[in-house]
Amino acid sequence: MSVSRRQILASGAALAIGGLSSTTSVEAQAGNVPLDVPGSMHEQGRPVLSPAYGLPSKFEKDVVRRIREPRATDTEAFSVTPLQNLHGIITPNGLVFERHHAGVPEIAPDQHRLLIHGLVERPLILTMDDLLRFPAVTRIHFLECSGNSSTEWKKSGYHSVQRTHGLLSCCEWTGVPLSTILGEVGLKPDAKWVLAEGADAAAMTRSVPIEKALDDALIVYAQNGEMLRPEQGYPVRLFLPGFEGNMSVKWLRRLKVGDRPWHTREETSRYTNLLANGKAYQFAFEMDVKSVVTFPNADRSFKAPGFYEISGIAWSGRGHVTRVDVSVDGGATWHRASLQEPVLDKCLTRFRLPFNWQGQPLEIQSRAYDDKGWMQPTRSSLIAARGINPRYHFNAIQGWKVAVDGGLTNASA
Amino acid sequence: MRALSASAALALFFFAGSAVAQQARLGLGTPATPEQIRGWDIDVRPDGAGLPPGKGSVEQGEKIYAEQCAACHGEKGQDPAKGFDRLVGGKGTLATPKPVQTVGSYWPHATTLFDYVHRAMPFPAPQTLTADEVYSVVAYVLYLNDIVPRDTVMTAQDLMKVKMPNAEGFIPDGRPDAENMKCKTDCK
Repeated sequence: MSVSRRQILASGAALAIGGLSSTTSVEAQAGNVPLDVPGSMHEQGRPVLSPAYGLPSKFEKDVVRRIREPRATDTEAFSVTPLQNLHGIITPNGLVFERHHAGVPEIAPDQHRLLIHGLVERPLILTMDDLLRFPAVTRIHFLECSGNSSTEWKKSGYHSVQRTHGLLSCCEWTGVPLSTILGEVGLKPDAKWVLAEGADAAAMTRSVPIEKALDDALIVYAQNGEMLRPEQGYPVRLFLPGFEGNMSVKWLRRLKVGDRPWHTREETSRYTNLLANGKAYQFAFEMDVKSVVTFPNADRSFKAPGFYEISGIAWSGRGHVTRVDVSVDGGATWHRASLQEPVLDKCLTRFRLPFNWQGQPLEIQSRAYDDKGWMQPTRSSLIAARGINPRYHFNAIQGWKVAVDGGLTNASA
Repeated sequence: MRALSASAALALFFFAGSAVAQQARLGLGTPATPEQIRGWDIDVRPDGAGLPPGKGSVEQGEKIYAEQCAACHGEKGQDPAKGFDRLVGGKGTLATPKPVQTVGSYWPHATTLFDYVHRAMPFPAPQTLTADEVYSVVAYVLYLNDIVPRDTVMTAQDLMKVKMPNAEGFIPDGRPDAENMKCKTDCK
């Protein structure tokens, strides 16, 4: 039953040479001989600046963030990114997932201040004008809520990859290395942790180890070339590449340097990982290596037998993806997927595998590896190690069942 | 070759320039005074650092809780409105298939309760309670969890001494913990 990659490639290539063999395509064009000239070629299109800030085509109106299920409030809430509709690795700004603990504050940039104090030589207040004068860097990184896929610890019943994996986005971020700003204020010798605090009604606070603060942490004011969106922390946020998303505190107003962590509510009551033995991991920061197939998906899957390209995304909070394997038989045999360049540290990597579907039922899985020697575990081994109640940091292999009619469902549901 | 030496010269110039400006400091921003910092310096640590002066009784806390907290968290913290946090009970459930994670059963530090209530509660109007009111509510929630007695009048000194039932319940990140999280062969 196992299909070698060579066989898959060969059959895929053969079908591609065969050209437009899809019956639906043929039927759609039947009777249209010779091909008619579309109306769009007989008149002028829309003028420039309609609108001034461009929007997606009206035919893409279903490509939106969604809530997974209603919550008690709509400000302590989250929305998920439509991964099933995205190509490449960049998440458009309007589709970046949201996780707010007290809604989206409206902050005028000329009123905003960032205070840096605590165990520093020179406590400072920085305005946005000040921050924009610092030497800047631009990096492409994913951002993942550590609660992403949390429903998969138990049987979620979700079939949409937006719902299972959509607390995940990837942007180009621009800002100032936190190390530069800490250099500006001067750290005292016993500086070990940095408290980051937001200017929202949650006054969101997390303790960040000084090693991370001095490594690749950024004070970010722009994403994908424009200033941050309000729901992403406008006008300025912390960004900790590869760490659980909650720590990249939005609407950043204060950094306090200390000699120990603060044990805030969000690093004790929440964002800790309760194990089966009743103990909980605290300060588990890195997002583990993970991947998910985004095509086929519950909205758009295989129809007739023939050639398709299985596609998905892989990422690691510890480094870069080195390898992604794909199985179509529930993990019995694996085929190496191709990785789309660029393959960057702590960044989404797009993978693809040509596939010739013969109409048989499938279970499609993907398994990612990173350059630090980590690989994606199975769901059963993760649960064997931690039980079903950690809530956070679920990174197991995801399976999708494809039925003979092409319908796609969550293999664990 | 010429471009190379030009950029080398520029780098030297920049280095010299920044060295003059005191160890590469850029001189941006405005010094923050202690008086300014006080307005925003709200964080509280388990060792009591950051706790403001003040005090509050369980009795006062019960009244404030009824007005400000009960609508979401339930009358005695046991029966919250749907989707809101339960604050009371759950002791002995953490190692069961259905753990109930409350202030009493899960939170490791009582100071965190002060910090969080002060910064983020009540949900419709955060940072509107006085220090005395926060001490009172904290005392009441700890009382509901059988952690302090009914006649408690909570202060900074008392709060930092409160021993929470799950204080020893947290351990460092144990990853890799699952069987096949680290690759042994054929990893590239």
